[in-house]
Amino acid sequence: MSAAPVIAQGGGFVRDRAGDASCVANNGFCPDWIVENLELYWDPLLEHVLLVVISVGLGFAIALGLGLIAHRQRWLVTPLTGVTSAIYTIPSPAMFLLLLPLSGRGDLTAIIALTAYTQVIIFRNVVNGLAGVPADIVDAAAGTGMTANQILFRVEMPLALPEILAGLRIAAATTVGLAALAFLAGAGGLGNRLSTSSLIVFKSNVVVAGALVTLLAAALDLLVLGLQRRLTPWQRAVPA
Amino acid sequence: MIIASTVGDAFRFIFEARESRAGTVEVGGLGEIGDLAGNHFLVSFVAVLIAIVVAMPLALWLGHIGRGQFIAGSVANIGRAVPSLAIIAFFVAFLGSGFTNVCFALILLAIPPILTNTYVGVRQVDRELVDAARGQGMSETQLVRRIELPLALPTIFGGIRLAAVAVLATAIIAPLAGYETLGTPIISFNVYGTAGQLGAAIVVAVLTLATDAGFAAVQRLTTPKGLKIARGGRRPPRYWPLPTRRVQIP
Repeated sequence: MSAAPVIAQGGGFVRDRAGDASCVANNGFCPDWIVENLELYWDPLLEHVLLVVISVGLGFAIALGLGLIAHRQRWLVTPLTGVTSAIYTIPSPAMFLLLLPLSGRGDLTAIIALTAYTQVIIFRNVVNGLAGVPADIVDAAAGTGMTANQILFRVEMPLALPEILAGLRIAAATTVGLAALAFLAGAGGLGNRLSTSSLIVFKSNVVVAGALVTLLAAALDLLVLGLQRRLTPWQRAVPA
Repeated sequence: MIIASTVGDAFRFIFEARESRAGTVEVGGLGEIGDLAGNHFLVSFVAVLIAIVVAMPLALWLGHIGRGQFIAGSVANIGRAVPSLAIIAFFVAFLGSGFTNVCFALILLAIPPILTNTYVGVRQVDRELVDAARGQGMSETQLVRRIELPLALPTIFGGIRLAAVAVLATAIIAPLAGYETLGTPIISFNVYGTAGQLGAAIVVAVLTLATDAGFAAVQRLTTPKGLKIARGGRRPPRYWPLPTRRVQIP
């Protein structure tokens, strides 16, 4: 079997206590190996979650701010949409490397790139959500004597919330996927477990790492969906 | 200064060949970059083309009969949740490396945006228009080909554009699956060094932005004249249309 030595080189995986040594050597799918070595994935998973949570949190704050400004100054919508779209179009592996001369290898580069990628999704949904609030309702609020700020925070924002949070959901799931490539920036994450040609052919490893990334994306999606249900109780009557 | 010299070196890598870091082979230069870019485009083009052939007829039909909203929605959600690296990894580990398997992985990646956008594009065609055309005696096939497809074209090209950009980006990690693309200098740092990594990243970024701009132009050109007039004679918005019913508060 020519595959065995290649895998054995792949970062010291094959340990003495790995369940069935011949299964690993033959590159089969080895539940025993997975159970024995699950702890290998704990740190990368934690790093991955941190990368995503920091980037999406930061990205949400920036995009919400930009969206609120653009809501008042409509002329800003087109240039901001153009710039954020152009950033989003640059492939993430290229982006991680283009930032290297500026911010070096490591988590900072990854977080800058991932934050930049969330902008287009969240900004678009904030602007569309606020613009989609029916004009009648805004007029009625103005008629009751609310100030512009009161209208924004008490009327427009709550009504735009479903669309804003929908943007957050998409951004979170997308960022989980992009963070899998953060190994190119020298940052950690589950992508590290798939980052070499010897790791990527090792079936048991690919199953665990791939499943963890996918489950993380699904879990974050459900988390934001739950948040949306809590924050917009008036929508519960309408089937989602 | 360091930044400027690093970037300058990266540009030199694109145009002139040099010795690899170990000094054993020649790397870089327009010849090698051109070959890698050719590979990169070939696998991306084939993948997007097959995805169009598979997804578009299905989505046109589902959209026409008004069924399968659940399918179109689920495909989009699953496509977003499964990371591109995981798809590539699964294909490599279980089916092996090389052009065909990379291509298959990229097809899976390209199908969701094309399927969803085609479906949405057909569904958002004014139903009264379709009924009017049916009343004139058009057959169901004619309805799809002459009413729904032309009116949905801008949205469909929007989907193909998203798919193409995603596929070009993911083809960067194809070298992990044994297929050489512009990602090779990015992933094989030990051979190509910083200049190679950065140089290839610049080339990939420029190519992707150019592809995106090309599709944006096609999207504008394929917008039927009638749709442009319906939108007040102005060009359709380039990115995301915003609702226009907002009224100034006095």
